[in-house]
Amino acid sequence: MGKDIREDIAWAQINKDVLKSLESPRRMYWVILFIAIAMIGVAVGSEIYQYQAGMGVSNKNNSHVWGLYIATFIFWIGMSHSGTLLSAILHLMHADWRKPIYRFAEAMTTFSLMTAGLFVLVHLGRLWMVYYVMPYPNERWVWPNFQSPLVWDMFAIATYLSSSVLFLYVGMIPDLAICRDNIHAGWRKKLYTVMSLGWEGTDRQWRNFRITYLTIACFLIPLAVSVHSIVASDFAMSNMPGWHVTSFPPYFVAGALYSGCAAIITLFIILRYVFKFEEYMTLPIMKKLVRLTFAIAMVWTYLNLIEFASVWYGHDQTAKDQLIFKATGPYAPFFWAMIFFGSILPLMLAFKRFQTHLPILFVVSILLNVGMWLERWMIIAPSFAHGHYPWTWDHDQWPSLVQWGIVFGSFGWFTLLFMVFCKVFPSVSMYEVKEMVYHRSLAMKHKPAVKGEY
Amino acid sequence: MSITNLLENWSDFRQQHPSDDRPHREYKWAMSIDLDACTGCNACSVACYAENNLPVVGKEKFAHGHSHHWIRIERYWDNDGREFADQGAQFLPMLCQHCEAAPCETVCPVGATNHTADGLNSQVYNRCVGSRYCNANCPYKARYFNWYDYPTTDNVWPEPMNQQLNPDVTVRGKGVMEKCTFCVQRLTVAKSDARSEGRSVLDGEVQTACQQVCPTGAISFGNLVDPLAKVGKQWMTQQVELNKDKQAKDTAEEAAKLRGYRILEELRTYPSVMYLEQLRESAI
Ligand code: SF4
Ligand code: SF4
Repeated sequence: MGKDIREDIAWAQINKDVLKSLESPRRMYWVILFIAIAMIGVAVGSEIYQYQAGMGVSNKNNSHVWGLYIATFIFWIGMSHSGTLLSAILHLMHADWRKPIYRFAEAMTTFSLMTAGLFVLVHLGRLWMVYYVMPYPNERWVWPNFQSPLVWDMFAIATYLSSSVLFLYVGMIPDLAICRDNIHAGWRKKLYTVMSLGWEGTDRQWRNFRITYLTIACFLIPLAVSVHSIVASDFAMSNMPGWHVTSFPPYFVAGALYSGCAAIITLFIILRYVFKFEEYMTLPIMKKLVRLTFAIAMVWTYLNLIEFASVWYGHDQTAKDQLIFKATGPYAPFFWAMIFFGSILPLMLAFKRFQTHLPILFVVSILLNVGMWLERWMIIAPSFAHGHYPWTWDHDQWPSLVQWGIVFGSFGWFTLLFMVFCKVFPSVSMYEVKEMVYHRSLAMKHKPAVKGEY
Repeated sequence: MSITNLLENWSDFRQQHPSDDRPHREYKWAMSIDLDACTGCNACSVACYAENNLPVVGKEKFAHGHSHHWIRIERYWDNDGREFADQGAQFLPMLCQHCEAAPCETVCPVGATNHTADGLNSQVYNRCVGSRYCNANCPYKARYFNWYDYPTTDNVWPEPMNQQLNPDVTVRGKGVMEKCTFCVQRLTVAKSDARSEGRSVLDGEVQTACQQVCPTGAISFGNLVDPLAKVGKQWMTQQVELNKDKQAKDTAEEAAKLRGYRILEELRTYPSVMYLEQLRESAI
């Protein structure tokens, strides 16, 4: 078991360590950045080809109209829940271990939402007409169809994205002021000056800041729950066998928190290494994170079983056949892989030995997310391959390279945004780490060794 | 249309469910297809291609499931222990069922697919953004997406076939959803002719393309509101009612005599197409 954050760490030291991440990351940073850009290149190429030729090149067809794009869309929306969970929920619960890691989780929320949004565009047959989905004043008084879950999606994602950006930004203001004061010239100086909104750290500013931050946090939690419930409604509100399930919204929310937590573990390990954050992203924090992930994994497993049970004991024969098809048909390997990665593999997180073993956790957290991605894929593909109508039953539908290329590239796009963010903005919250250190030192009947300016 | 108007007349903007207190006033287009008469000759399908400017996508794209047969002839076989030759193919022409409570309509984000006052399920190509949600939610999978820009990228109407394109129907480009319209272009003409003479459309005055060519007369089409229409009489003799999700064939005493049913009625989409069961097998 590793060391936790030292209680006697100097506040100036915290500033110095975090600010260093804006300057000199390990060489690995540039390698990751380069790979990410190359991946985006693949996606952009595929999208241009698909745009020119038509959606047909994605190898979807008239009975399998949705594919990887929608599966990956749900995946990214799910990923975006980690930030809210860690920042807002744990903030309200006064869990101070979240403090060194919540900033990057929030950034993850914002960027995965931006990635998810791209999939909506890529998926549309006429993406140049996407604005039809928004209610905008026009001379013909044509409105979107407010009955459609896709319109709710549009509202939910737009609201969630803008509030997440706001939350991320507001929480960063005191840190931006530190950046501003420590940098002397150049575009960064200008950027931080503008963005820190004249922060000086007066009592009044702190009071207003706390209230604002808390308000947005309270606002964000129901929003996060509703966003993924609405994405679940895209399916639950339809009549496709396998989708028409009442437990879909909580099931989706649990899945979202699950994949979000797994992604935080992955990024935790990467950031810790790349930006030399060993001092802040400590093993005891990791341990708490792993336990949280384990708990959510079990909730997800439970809801999964409920879904199967309600289909099995319900009297909808088509849905039951569909479930049997999933478990025994051509998609069975993916289905069982999903069960294994999503429900069985996380059991090992219950063992103390693995809770702080970073190399193993790195691999496991990625596999958990593979499992969660498979979950989404298992919602989309088998339902189309075995729906109500036998004419559409088609057992070897497989996405083309164009779809795979765009999905692959989306990971690059996310990585690029994330890596650039970490280089431009402090990805560890300095002021909150100081608070945490301060509280701990009080608790241990120590005085803080050095008092900094903030 | 103002907001107040919208709120006051909300139910006029969304007709979701056939109900007796809101009957179709003048027209309710409906169809019946006699599976006993159908020989699976595909003439209806071909006529539909010609009438509605459907692109002929070619062998390869057809195999990929990118075809546009708005009416398709499905084949089913009885294989209960019999050799292939005796399995007795059964044919089932499937087209958009023009559901009264159409699941495709509620989910379209932009309202590109709507219910008309005549009980048609209409599709507004200009408005469609191509989310394909309607197809995902159509239990009959009767909607066809333009996966490619067939008219410009493929030679779908090679000379001289382009000469027979129907000027009354649009040619759809890539990215929009399309489906059977019950030949709405013919209905519009017939209705306006009738209106100029101050009467309703008479039975038989308008035919759909598939009905017109069917050599066995398996397809009938007409106005359910008109008590004299053949379709209405067929629906009546079969005791099939538009807003019921279980028909007499499944419940009544004399069920053995009835043949009329609608496909996937248990989903409560209330289709406007009635099928008449095939007799041949049981008659042997
Ligand atoms: S034209 Fe008539 S007989 Fe031929 S396939 Fe169509 S419905 Fe059947
Ligand atoms: S058959 Fe399909 S496309 Fe036609 S109205 Fe019904 S749900 Fe819509």
